[in-house]
Amino acid sequence: MTTSKLHLDHDHLLHLLREMLRIRLFERKCAELYQREKIRGFLHLYDGEEAIAVGIMQALEPHDAIIATYREHGQALARGVSMERIMAELYGHVEGLCRGRGGSMHLFDRAHRFLGGNAIVGGGLPLAIGTALGDQMQGRDSISVCFFGEGAVDEGEFHESLNLAALWRLPVLFVCENNLYSMGMALERAESNIDIHERAASYGMPSEVVDGMDVVAVELAARRAVAAVRGGKGPYFLECRGYRFRAHSMFDAQLYRDKAEVEQWKAKGPIVRLRKWLEDSHVVVDDEIERLEAEIEAEIGAAVDFAEAGTPEAVAELARFVTLDAVPE
Amino acid sequence: MAETLTYREACRAAIREAILADPRVFLMGEDVGRYGGCYAVTKGLIDELGEARIRDTPLSESAFVGAGIGAALAGMRPIVEVMTVNFSLLALDQIVNNAATLAHMSGGQFAVPLVIRMATGAGKQLAAQHSHSLEGWYAHVPGLRVLAPATVEDARYMLAAALADPNPVLIFEHVMLYNASGELDPAVDAVDIGQAKIRRAGRDVTLVTYGGSLPKTLVAAEQLAAEGIEAEVIDLRVLRPLDLPTLAGSVARTHRCVIVDEGWKTGSLSAEIAASLVETVFYELDAPIARVCAQEVPIPYAAHLEQAALPQPATIAAAARGLVRPAS
Repeated sequence: MTTSKLHLDHDHLLHLLREMLRIRLFERKCAELYQREKIRGFLHLYDGEEAIAVGIMQALEPHDAIIATYREHGQALARGVSMERIMAELYGHVEGLCRGRGGSMHLFDRAHRFLGGNAIVGGGLPLAIGTALGDQMQGRDSISVCFFGEGAVDEGEFHESLNLAALWRLPVLFVCENNLYSMGMALERAESNIDIHERAASYGMPSEVVDGMDVVAVELAARRAVAAVRGGKGPYFLECRGYRFRAHSMFDAQLYRDKAEVEQWKAKGPIVRLRKWLEDSHVVVDDEIERLEAEIEAEIGAAVDFAEAGTPEAVAELARFVTLDAVPE
Repeated sequence: MAETLTYREACRAAIREAILADPRVFLMGEDVGRYGGCYAVTKGLIDELGEARIRDTPLSESAFVGAGIGAALAGMRPIVEVMTVNFSLLALDQIVNNAATLAHMSGGQFAVPLVIRMATGAGKQLAAQHSHSLEGWYAHVPGLRVLAPATVEDARYMLAAALADPNPVLIFEHVMLYNASGELDPAVDAVDIGQAKIRRAGRDVTLVTYGGSLPKTLVAAEQLAAEGIEAEVIDLRVLRPLDLPTLAGSVARTHRCVIVDEGWKTGSLSAEIAASLVETVFYELDAPIARVCAQEVPIPYAAHLEQAALPQPATIAAAARGLVRPAS
């Protein structure tokens, strides 16, 4: 059982660091593989926002539903989805999570109740309302967690969904990943009110701002929120403020922001921050972190090997799954 | 004894039966509960079945259609009612980008066993934002099954078959059919949702239609019969996937075909049917395929203009006559 209590012991802190590093190093490998043309299409990397996915996932149960966006490698990895099968999906291979039909923006994993990568901004929110409604109607103890960027708050779906969630007291945790830019559009150029959590509060649900660069703060907020949601108190909203270190996608020349701004944010990034704290307070000793990194690099190497050894889906299977013969159980 | 009831009563009986039969089934939509449904289809159901399963929603088509998809992903069997097909455009993203794609995009991991019902069509002087026939747009999309019940029997039994389908199914109920009444054959308690049906046999020309145009087409067929032209009337019933074998088989017998569709002609379902017939039975045709569709205008309010915009028995009969007895 997860609880609302957070144990900041050596093992847990190292686990948080490991999970964030897994995402950071995985994304670095993805960028490299994109340049080598192993991965194609749109590729949106999560660097800088790792604390949000990792912090939130600590508070969840395996039976909870997760709906994410097209920038969802981090959520999938932090949820425990197989790195090998994610990488194979990015290669477009049949061993991939979705047999090469989804790609980077559409990772799905039934075993972890990971309901996608949704690439329409705001399009995942109504789905989360539905999974929460379905769970509620069937008397389950599950909650639905919906990740979305701050750009989504301008879509009608945001308002329609928050209203329904609050009206029907649905077990939904809304996680707004506010990274200050919806593609190239800066927050203050897009929003009449840049305090996004205030909009959520207007629908009558608890709404908090969290430092999305502080994994411990995110985990604490998530545990508080999940306890309330699972306790039948209705939806909860977390605005996690962070920053995207890399370009929006691999095609983005980043003409809309200064390099100096990016560097400033990188200096206070979630990984350097936790790492420095662990070292300064002597929670980690010797080469513990270096060993951690080596283990992660080995895991990534194995994932790349798995993807490289994979096979393209047979073209004869192209139309398979357009409709299904039965509902998968 | 054959039971006589209206199309509206048949829709209501189908919903009631589905909800009583399966705890996973519920209905949600705008004013389906206390109001009793925009077209009174669900009148009284909330009293019997309760607010949880006859669920009134706020005016938020995208959210409640998306919620239907999510609830289906969570193991429910939702029926979502959208007041009219015009309003469904506010939920087009959820229907086309989510309901229709999730099974394939997830590599078969997730199904969306969802039914979306909506009213379609013109004839009640509701003008251009309540009267269009956009079902053909949905029939364009792989992953969806699109149904158009035109008879009381189909209104009564298509829903159960749609709910048993593991994939998303859209049901289009033509507004001019709700008051139509018909008999239910006591020997029938289910219908298929795969095949077109020959509603009237004939040897001279095939009239292909569906939904609200079926009664008009049957009237046209009677007029033609009085002139010695025997028209075969095919009710598509299923707009996607099209039952081409039944269509092609009929055209191979009659060698002539008129397609009647309340949708616009340009880029339409009627165009798809004509193209498919040309691809499959071109050499059986003794005349060009004709189409009787809505005029290319937004459906207007004034009764005479609205009627002028729609297929009518006279225009259908004229099109058929032109194929069978072309002016020399």
